[in-house]
Amino acid sequence: MTTTKAQRVVFGETLVELIDQNPRVLVLDGDLANSTRADIVANARPERFFEMGIAEQNMAGVAAGLATLGFIPFISTFAAFSAKRDLDQIRVVIAQPGLHVIITGAYSGILTGKTGKTHQSVEDITIFRAMPNMTVIAPADDVEVRKAMYALVYDLDGPAYLRLTRDPYKTIFDDSYRFQIGKGVVLADGEDVALIGTGEQTVRCLEAADLLAAEGIHAYVLHLPTIKPLDEQAIIYAAQRTGRVVTAEDHTILGGLGGAVAETLGEHYPTPMKRVGWRDVYGESADNNALLEKYGLTPRHIAEAAKALMR
Amino acid sequence: MKPLTPQRLQELKEIAARVRARVLLAVHHAGAGHVGGPLSCADMLVALYFHILNIDPDRPNWEDRDRFILSKGHSTIALYTVLAERGYFPLEELFTFDAIDSRMQGHPDMTKTPGIDMSSGSLGQGLSPGLGMALGARLLGKSFRTYVILGDGESQEGQVWEAAFVAARYRLDNLTAILDYNGLQQYGWRNAPGEHMLTPIENPAQKWQAFGWHVIETDGHDMAAFIAAVEEAKSTHGKPTIIIAHTVKGRGVSFMEDQYEWHARVPTQEELSVALAELGQSDLLAVSQGGN
Ligand SMILES: Cc1ncc(C[n+]2csc(CCOP(=O)(O)OP(=O)(O)O)c2C)c(N)n1
Ligand SMILES: [Mg+2]
Repeated sequence: MTTTKAQRVVFGETLVELIDQNPRVLVLDGDLANSTRADIVANARPERFFEMGIAEQNMAGVAAGLATLGFIPFISTFAAFSAKRDLDQIRVVIAQPGLHVIITGAYSGILTGKTGKTHQSVEDITIFRAMPNMTVIAPADDVEVRKAMYALVYDLDGPAYLRLTRDPYKTIFDDSYRFQIGKGVVLADGEDVALIGTGEQTVRCLEAADLLAAEGIHAYVLHLPTIKPLDEQAIIYAAQRTGRVVTAEDHTILGGLGGAVAETLGEHYPTPMKRVGWRDVYGESADNNALLEKYGLTPRHIAEAAKALMR
Repeated sequence: MKPLTPQRLQELKEIAARVRARVLLAVHHAGAGHVGGPLSCADMLVALYFHILNIDPDRPNWEDRDRFILSKGHSTIALYTVLAERGYFPLEELFTFDAIDSRMQGHPDMTKTPGIDMSSGSLGQGLSPGLGMALGARLLGKSFRTYVILGDGESQEGQVWEAAFVAARYRLDNLTAILDYNGLQQYGWRNAPGEHMLTPIENPAQKWQAFGWHVIETDGHDMAAFIAAVEEAKSTHGKPTIIIAHTVKGRGVSFMEDQYEWHARVPTQEELSVALAELGQSDLLAVSQGGN
């Protein structure tokens, strides 16, 4: 693992690449471009960047209108707002008609740069997963952000939610990585316990697997960048292989990745589980390490959940 | 637009009377639906689909067609009726309104009905996709125009004003909003006991002007005046236009006019007969029996 670019920077850079290849791609911004880094497009390709102001409901509708003409709009604001401020608009004019609009949620999860609970999105995965027609993607690193954006433009013809993070963390994939919508990725094999992560928490699952290995526990690590449609087979296989499952997400454990995995295993292969994530609480402002520690999101917390299952 | 000859105007009026009758027949048949709002905008829909819009019923997805969004989606039965009269689908299909598996959904569904350019039904949302279409037309270098009908009650939604602001900011003169200014909504405010319910959107002209729009006020039941207003909108440059159309909810049937109770009430057989007689469309009653 090496240090990495922030997901949001890759988001802006990849948009420029996509715009250069595909004149139908454009970006709508809710007055946050210099945070979400959609400003990279505003500077490099201003003719494909449209400021919509602090008016998210209208932004969603404008994207829908553009999509009916064959454009592929990315709407860009913070995850905390994109999932909720314009939820009914997304439902009625994007999801129900099945229009190809990519809703991006920047600054997702708890690490939002000391802005606190109003800016932390705890429930966006749950909300978008519950919405028929919606694809939900949470990449683990910068490489995957770029690959996922290509897939969302070229391999999909419908609405999607792309969940992104603010701060650089670690790169786990290299350029040979092949991203496929709806497919899980096995990152480590082991027979004692399965760690299933989404978004950046997959990186912490790998770190947790290292902690466990030091104690002689062999973890299977499954990354689920697509939370919907869910790779049920990959989940069931992980459970069959290990008999114990820990999920990890920077998100509420209610209805997010943990909920989705529990639903799948409950129906197809009941397996003892622990869900690592926000435990039905709102957050607060603090630096990243303090937040991860207090809200139970570190590799150590994931490893402890695994060990609790082994007792 | 073709010239509006007296003969053509007479034809449009006759179509509108028929549309009103068919709206009532369909709602009666379905046993559900809205009445007041559809009758309020019926004349404007006929003027749009039979005279103003550049469309082709045989090619509902023709790229260069003018776009239309009924933001006050609860009035969709009027739009379906106009689309059927215009030849988008058979008139008999109107009797499937609200039935299982029907293309005639309770609110406009662009995935189901030929000729519907945008889904709606949750009020306040239609102007924004219209803005997107107008902006997209400009990007594509296309000359089609986009029209959106808004309700006056609907205009209480904040999103309408978000869109108003942004459309003016982008100077979208290929976008025309039409306010169905009938003074009633579903329940509204009662000013005094016994007084009927009012939609208190005061001075919409001033409001839209302040948001940077070109404003035209007209009578929404005077088709010649309405068509002239659209002509003016088309020749207005540098800003979007709103036509504030003064209308009467339930227009065309004496006992439904300006009665908030008729927002969404199903006419009885008796009321239907009287209404069709008033509209001069009693012959259509036979159709309804056949349609059953
Ligand atoms: C967001 C939303 N809230 C409430 C409703 C329920 N509703 C349907 S029609 C209506 C009144 C609309 O009044 P107006 O816009 O004035 O339309 P019109 O008078 O032409 O019927 C209401 C409240 C809705 N469809 N959407
Ligand atoms: Mg009204």
